Amino acid sequence: MIPLSWYLLFAAALFGIGLYGALARRNAVAALMGVELMLNAVAINLLAFWRYLDPGRMNGQVFAAVLFAVAAAETAVGLALIISLYRLRRTVLPEEADLMRG
Amino acid sequence: MGDVFATAADWISSILARLGIPDPALPWILAVARAFLLGVSGLLLVVFLIWFERKIVARMQDRIGPNRVGPYGLLQTIADVLKLMLKEDLVPLRGDRILFHLAPILTVMSVVGLWAVIPLAAGVYGADLEVGALYLPAAAVLATLGILMAGWSSDNKFALMSAFRAAAQLVSYATPAMLALLVPVMLAGTLRLDGIIAAQDGMWYGVTAPLAALVFLTASLAEVGRAPFELLEAESELVAGFHTEYSGIRFGMFFAAEFLHAFTIGSITAVMFLGGWQGPGAARYPTLGAVYFVVKSFAAYFLLVWARATLPRVRIDRMLDFCWKVLTPAMLVLIGAVAVIDRALAGSPFWARQGALLGANVLVAAGAVALLGRSPHPSPQGGRMKPEQERTP
Amino acid sequence: MTADQILFLVFAILGLGLAAASVALRNLVRAAFALIGCLFAVAALYALLEASLFVVAQAAVYVGAIAVLIVLVVMLTRRELREKATQTHRYAPLAAVLAALITAGLAAGLSRFASFARTMPALPPDDMVIRLGDALVDPSGFLIPFEAVSVMLLSVLIGAVFVAGGTRPGRGKG
Repeated sequence: MIPLSWYLLFAAALFGIGLYGALARRNAVAALMGVELMLNAVAINLLAFWRYLDPGRMNGQVFAAVLFAVAAAETAVGLALIISLYRLRRTVLPEEADLMRG
Repeated sequence: MGDVFATAADWISSILARLGIPDPALPWILAVARAFLLGVSGLLLVVFLIWFERKIVARMQDRIGPNRVGPYGLLQTIADVLKLMLKEDLVPLRGDRILFHLAPILTVMSVVGLWAVIPLAAGVYGADLEVGALYLPAAAVLATLGILMAGWSSDNKFALMSAFRAAAQLVSYATPAMLALLVPVMLAGTLRLDGIIAAQDGMWYGVTAPLAALVFLTASLAEVGRAPFELLEAESELVAGFHTEYSGIRFGMFFAAEFLHAFTIGSITAVMFLGGWQGPGAARYPTLGAVYFVVKSFAAYFLLVWARATLPRVRIDRMLDFCWKVLTPAMLVLIGAVAVIDRALAGSPFWARQGALLGANVLVAAGAVALLGRSPHPSPQGGRMKPEQERTP
Repeated sequence: MTADQILFLVFAILGLGLAAASVALRNLVRAAFALIGCLFAVAALYALLEASLFVVAQAAVYVGAIAVLIVLVVMLTRRELREKATQTHRYAPLAAVLAALITAGLAAGLSRFASFARTMPALPPDDMVIRLGDALVDPSGFLIPFEAVSVMLLSVLIGAVFVAGGTRPGRGKG
């Protein structure tokens, strides 16, 4: 008998860890990994609310499915950009991509 | 003797109860014992599979195969395993230790994990997942990770290159494999493997949708990394590919995982396309169902061994072209065609539907072969992929 | 302590631990594999939530595609096996404080939610997967988001291929 609060607290903690990773890491790919953790936390929240509040309606599941698709798309584009940056400037640290710095 | 599995389970429960084990713990112990038995029997089966394959490949290549150790060479594999266990355990000096040890374990895990959902007989399976048919390609993901881990932690550029090619091949071929699995799911109307088997009591899906069966077999061959898609361990080009630095029983684990995966592909084909444990009398006598299942799995496995013995290796860029430019479009068209025909002829007599579906399969297959026969895909000069050296014999 | 509570605690602690490892480890390849472990732990939590389709979707899509991509890119952009420079920049402590504040705020805000401590109601008896499929192609259901996602995925596919290397030889050479 797991109360809803456990899932919500777990998702909040996972979100916080992901947020730290996305903000504090130098490497662009590592920051992307933090973003993935945040998206997973959101998905847990969505599915927990679906299951506990109204398992008859499919809203929660559809939202989570769309979230998966969007996460995959965002990762693909992000990694493509990182590879492109690596090809041009031989670095994956966003702080070294400073050509436009005034 | 009709239901060997139930008899064995009852016998074990009675022994455990007599030993004084409390009642609530009994189902848990039985479940653990079942899981253990599934896993171990899969690994023990590999011993027989390796002998089976070596003998058949040998005969197809006009030689005899192992025949010294034991009658007909049956103990050859045991001798090989002993040899592997006694070899020195090498670990690369600068490689990543944890990942190096973890990689073969992950690969074996991914294969043995597949056996958790495959129904061996009526009512005999590890777990009846609501989404059983989707679990199959999902469990293959671990194998991809295991290969990447192995290539990276070996501290060896050739192993790393092979691991990258392997990852590209495995991730690419997962798509036609999943699409091909969708066809029996659509025809049966359920993702449960037991439901798919039960829905085949009229006609096997291998007869109704042969193109899907063939594409699934081909794509899974590429997933396993067996000939003709064995670029992953191209012995003549990359030493031994991603498992170059592995020796002794670690290499043995990769080897065993590959053979067991090939047989598992055969048994999944038997479940999805050849009716699983269905057969005369199988519903009443589960043991008979298990026998049918084993025979069908070995028949499908024989096809895979035959392919390995006969076909030359496919080049990596042609292999990826084949996946994305031929198999995936063919499968997408086939899914659309099967969906339309199945819905349009929902009320028609049985044979009309089967005939229409079979006709759709043949048409899509003809289209795919026509696609294959077009002008060959040129390798880009100076692009991302250098054309491989063509080996002169 | 019922069985599913124990299972939840095991997978939740495993998941949080691996996530922390993923954002803290210096060796990026190990961090990527820790992320994969965390994703599997989250898949186990989906199984506890009885969202069966999402367990396999997480394994097949998230781990099988996204995480493999991340691991591949990490391996391709390493110049040596060991990472010697620091992995966090000088604003890292500020980021940690911010993350902690946001987590605490989320927890506090959620605890005010009316059904915060509710227990699981029973699932309706019919097949959830079939109902999800029906909802996705129902014009009065979620057909439009479904089609929008398909268009988005197609555009992302084309865009990613174009950005990452293009198809003309000689383009994208670094």
